[in-house]
Amino acid sequence: MHPADVDVGAAVKERHPGRWVATAVVLVLGAQLVHMLVTNPNFEWPVVGQYFTTATVLNGLLTTLGLTVIAMSVGIILGVCLAVSRLSSNTLLKMLAGAYVWFFRGTPALVQLIFWYNLSALMPRLSLGIPFGPEFVVWQTNALISPLLAAVLGLGLNEAAYMAEIVRGGLMGVDPGQTEAAQALGMTRLRALRRIVLPQAMRFIVPPTGSQVINMVKATSLVSVIALSDLLYSVQSIYNRTFQVIPLLLVACVWYLAVTSVLYLGQSFLESYYGRGHSRDSRLSWWDAVLMRDRGTVVRPAAAPELPA
Amino acid sequence: MNGSPLVSARGVRKSFGHLEVLKGIDLDVQRGEVVVVLGPSGSGKSTFLRCINLLERPDGGSIRVDGELVGFRTRGDRVYALSESTIARQRQDIGMVFQHFNLFPHMTVLQNIVEAPTGVRGEARAEAERRALELLDRVGLSEKAHAYPRQLSGGQQQRVAIARALAMRPKVMLFDEPTSALDPELVGEVLETIQDLARDGLTMIVVTHEIGFARNVANRVVFMDEGRIVEEGSADVIDNPTNPRTQAFLSKVL
Repeated sequence: MHPADVDVGAAVKERHPGRWVATAVVLVLGAQLVHMLVTNPNFEWPVVGQYFTTATVLNGLLTTLGLTVIAMSVGIILGVCLAVSRLSSNTLLKMLAGAYVWFFRGTPALVQLIFWYNLSALMPRLSLGIPFGPEFVVWQTNALISPLLAAVLGLGLNEAAYMAEIVRGGLMGVDPGQTEAAQALGMTRLRALRRIVLPQAMRFIVPPTGSQVINMVKATSLVSVIALSDLLYSVQSIYNRTFQVIPLLLVACVWYLAVTSVLYLGQSFLESYYGRGHSRDSRLSWWDAVLMRDRGTVVRPAAAPELPA
Repeated sequence: MNGSPLVSARGVRKSFGHLEVLKGIDLDVQRGEVVVVLGPSGSGKSTFLRCINLLERPDGGSIRVDGELVGFRTRGDRVYALSESTIARQRQDIGMVFQHFNLFPHMTVLQNIVEAPTGVRGEARAEAERRALELLDRVGLSEKAHAYPRQLSGGQQQRVAIARALAMRPKVMLFDEPTSALDPELVGEVLETIQDLARDGLTMIVVTHEIGFARNVANRVVFMDEGRIVEEGSADVIDNPTNPRTQAFLSKVL
């Protein structure tokens, strides 16, 4: 027997007393943390403020940012090439790319960095010429490998190994039917990869790559071992003089957090771009509106802006 | 039906490992002809279709489309495989519609249709879009030009896929079980679209399980079983099969 006079829509709203208690506890702990940060004189916030925008620190920040951009670019471009090689039908390419990933992922980035920096110890001179024959151009390794180049090589080549695996995973996540459809339309394999497969793989590639970029911002601090004055090295050089270790490390931390926060926003933006077409919702996404306006196509009136997730 | 056949297969063989899927297929398709290929699962119908545009490379025999050997060239007595870019060019003239539509999900319907004409054939964008809208009108989906594939029903997606293939102005269209992935109530709209193309004289090879469609549209019906063509003839063959294997197959599906 099921009486018809029950309407579950009129159900009493559930109460969650436990959540209220937990919220109160978190608030109290949070207040305590803020109070401690503000009132504890050992943080020396005035000193943080004093050094936050000094030339040394800003130059260090610039080096960190520049190095991140260059090393990540090397990593992404080489990583895509490696991933495509690993998935190709060419056995030689496949094995070379596999060996690369095996080596560069299997040894510490710090060691690779120091290795490139000290390349001259291994090979004092580098030359171009016929193998085992005459040489045409010769360089002194020490003059060729500057600390900056060593840093780019060390971080970029290491990153490429990780990016290769991320890109490979993304490419494998795309339905093989997509390549077939593209080929059936007369596209070459390369064109199908560029126009059809890679854009779809980006959905799987962007989130882990975002983590890699954020990691890279911090990993650039490794270059302080080869005397390249990045953000961390810069604050270290200051507190070695002034002994204000904690406030200067705070300066670096706040900058790292600021940079990674901006990157996080950029990642959300990219995710919403590459996620286009993946919702059954027929409203135009924010991105479609932008793209269509650029191409001069009429945007339908009901377009409600969709904020990036 | 003027002159030489548009598609001509001779002794086409294909194996996957130790499994011989095609054991010598001979088939001629005339210009404007609609050939429907029927047969049980695993009979090699789809594999044969995929050999025609070289999505599968045949192990033996030969296929010609409009007189041109597909995927290979001859010099003297020797046969050489063509380069990937030449094969890609040959595929431009062979349209294909897949069971699972395989629309590009990151592109709108319009972008799906103009991608190959502009990117591969080098047509001007405005002209390609104009023609895409014409084709969309023809398959009854003009208002969906700016929708993404995922926002469409299966039947609508398959009609877009047909428009996309037609945009390359193919000489022949291959349909690989175009309605097998559709909900029953959506099959009709896709079959009607294909029937409409048949009336216009487009040459088509259709692999399907839709016997009624074969009866209505096919100029010729081909039955395949275990990698061979076991019987062929006009659509009447469906009602009067002579080969015991054809009879067995039809008794199950009719």
